[in-house]
Amino acid sequence: MKNEKFNPPEQSVAGLFAVSASPHIRENRSVRKIMWNVVIALMPALIAAVYFFGIRALTLTLYSVIAAVLTEAVIQKLRKKEITVLDGSAVITGILVAFNLHSGAPWWIPVVGSVFAISIGKHVFGGIGNNPLNPALLGRVFLVASWPTLTTAGWKTNTLGSISGIISNLDIPAVTKLVSTATPLAVLRELRYPAVLAGLDKSTLQSFAGEIVSLGSIQNLFLGNIGGCIGEVSAIALLIGAFWLAIKNVIEWRIPVSYVVTVFILTYIFGGTDGIFSASIMLPIFHIFSGGLILGAFFMATDMVTSPLTKAGRIYFGIGCGLLTTVIRLVGGYPEGVSYSILLMNLVVPLIDKFTIPKAFGGGKR
Amino acid sequence: MGLKTFPGGVHSDDFKRFSKDSPIENFPIPSKVIIPLSQHIGAPAKPVVKIGDEVKTGQLICEPGGFVSISMHSSITGKVTKIGRFPHPSGNMQQAIEITGNGKDEWVDLIDEPDFLSLSVDELKSRISSAGICGMGGAGFPTHVKLSPPPDKKIDVVIINGVECEPYLTADYRLMIEQGENVISGLKTFMKIVGAKTGYIGIEANKPDAIANFKKLLKDEKDISVVGLQLKYPQGAEKQLIYACTKRKVPNRGGLPMDVGVVVQNVGTTIATYEAVRYNKPLIERVISVTGKIVNHPRNLKARIGSSFDELLEYCGGANEHIGKVISGGPMMGFAIPTLNTPMAKTSSGLVIFNDKDAKKDEEHICIRCSSCIDVCPMNVMPSMIANSVKYEDWEGARKAGAMDCIKCGCCAYVCPANIKLIQWIDIGKNKITEIDRARREKNNEK
Repeated sequence: MKNEKFNPPEQSVAGLFAVSASPHIRENRSVRKIMWNVVIALMPALIAAVYFFGIRALTLTLYSVIAAVLTEAVIQKLRKKEITVLDGSAVITGILVAFNLHSGAPWWIPVVGSVFAISIGKHVFGGIGNNPLNPALLGRVFLVASWPTLTTAGWKTNTLGSISGIISNLDIPAVTKLVSTATPLAVLRELRYPAVLAGLDKSTLQSFAGEIVSLGSIQNLFLGNIGGCIGEVSAIALLIGAFWLAIKNVIEWRIPVSYVVTVFILTYIFGGTDGIFSASIMLPIFHIFSGGLILGAFFMATDMVTSPLTKAGRIYFGIGCGLLTTVIRLVGGYPEGVSYSILLMNLVVPLIDKFTIPKAFGGGKR
Repeated sequence: MGLKTFPGGVHSDDFKRFSKDSPIENFPIPSKVIIPLSQHIGAPAKPVVKIGDEVKTGQLICEPGGFVSISMHSSITGKVTKIGRFPHPSGNMQQAIEITGNGKDEWVDLIDEPDFLSLSVDELKSRISSAGICGMGGAGFPTHVKLSPPPDKKIDVVIINGVECEPYLTADYRLMIEQGENVISGLKTFMKIVGAKTGYIGIEANKPDAIANFKKLLKDEKDISVVGLQLKYPQGAEKQLIYACTKRKVPNRGGLPMDVGVVVQNVGTTIATYEAVRYNKPLIERVISVTGKIVNHPRNLKARIGSSFDELLEYCGGANEHIGKVISGGPMMGFAIPTLNTPMAKTSSGLVIFNDKDAKKDEEHICIRCSSCIDVCPMNVMPSMIANSVKYEDWEGARKAGAMDCIKCGCCAYVCPANIKLIQWIDIGKNKITEIDRARREKNNEK
């Protein structure tokens, strides 16, 4: 890059005072502060994860963070660059890689995921600020593609029982068996392909679908008392973190709100099993609080480096993520679509920015 | 009272506490002044004196160097001792006239015409023009030019900019509470000259006593009103102030306030205008805030143009810590100057002194695309994108991202967590684009 370092001499020379371009005062912000605020914001979700899944949620996260930080340090050392692991960005990637795994994964899974995320997802492109894709999501997708059984099957159930209180109350052996190894979203998607669940008649399934989308289960979803990835289960814990980021001016409403609202509207219209508008109002709520949507919308789609610069662009980005998530969830082959939809939208960010450059403040022709 | 404002901008500590309660004091007449030939936007003034000439206070020493230019007057009584290059309050070296005083303060003949508002428009304008007045908020646009719009531009609103949104500065604030009547007289002069029916005085909410003072003074005025404005930087930027007061948007890409029927004048300029039309007094002194955390006695000084910053600071008791940076103007848009041995100009609204800690600058970090700069930009351009384009010498990209609409208010660089010197990058882009356009025009002219 030409002119990469444009730092004119600012130190006093021969009794002269420091000179520099205006402005001469700055708000007390730094990249490091922003990143560590994100780390702080992820803590409630980590605490919730330990509460629901046990200490293993914490150890997996630690493995992941250590792997991410070490990878960054080694790469920067090899590239003879300043080592910037203390800026917190690698820590965030490490936490998010672990948050996207279930607590039953073997210890080396988050390690491999973080190494991949930091090396291929971030430093191949030049490090912080230059990566086009969210490194943590890239790490997750890499893991899911490479070890599908280790990463998606065998979800660790809650320490508080089976997937949730209401599901364990359902005295349907086949369903209980199913749900004990799957996330609520996986169950819901199976219901759309009843043939997969041999031996269950349609009315049982539908009553089960009703139960899963009932108020009781939504409450559990909100609190996190369900099966799922380490960091995604407790919507309330994630939202507390997001609130922290909002008051610290780190995230802004446009991406998460447009993302969530899009999913809400689309799943309400198309989510029902009997044509459009056949879903109960609980279904879109279920969709919002299940899977990785809250984690994705507030912590991954909002990743500064990989989201649009312009205000309008952020809205389009959120809508795009919501659209893709809904399509994947309702008609795609995976139960969950958050990671792929954000990654796909990451790829079009330069295009979004290019077409949404705003008009400068001012009236018409002079 | 509903406070008005504009979209974007930043909230900062206004740092006005140091000097805001210090009434305007007369700075003693200096024994030597240095009067730069370029204190304004436009052609530098042309000297009409030579070395050795005796000059009186207020005597013409330079005539305008072009249509967009102003005249200069001696600010003390004495002898022209040097014409050459001197440090300039914008941080570089420029042509200036040095006058050494003889200890006396003999003025050119002044008049007193209390009924100046009944003078003809031409007479008023010629008094302003011969007083050498330019915008005293910082940019320095010649006032008589601003008051002479082409006939197709009808002006119906005059706004007095009493915002003083630059942190630290309090000169305009003091003028507004100490000389409110003169501000109103100046405003009436402007309204008469441009034929405007409406006058506004825009003041930020952090100066409630100035607002109250004008409310009281304007009790019986129908056409003039005070507009209370939200405390937000850059509320005093011309286009932002016009929008807040009138909801009119000045066209971008080089539009001027007169395109929407508005003329904006700074408080200091308004008082200088009042003094010019009433007393025929040339602009040879102004109020400047000498302030900063480490200044022993921060003050608002009425000082002769060309007084040295060094002496101004000394008069305020000097600094009680090692000086790290000296800013001529305010900290958001002012110039860091390398030496205190620099004269103040007609545009010098402040002298702000920083210690080493406040002067310290961190290294530029790479942009993390947080888009804070875009969110705060009052001109709705894309600072980080311009800076990036400039780094890659993609001048058209910089233009598309809005480089030419930037008003250099500094909000972007103020919030940037990566400490990117956005204004500097944008400035490089602006200059280069202007160059490209000029070359292109010349090429077209050749054809």
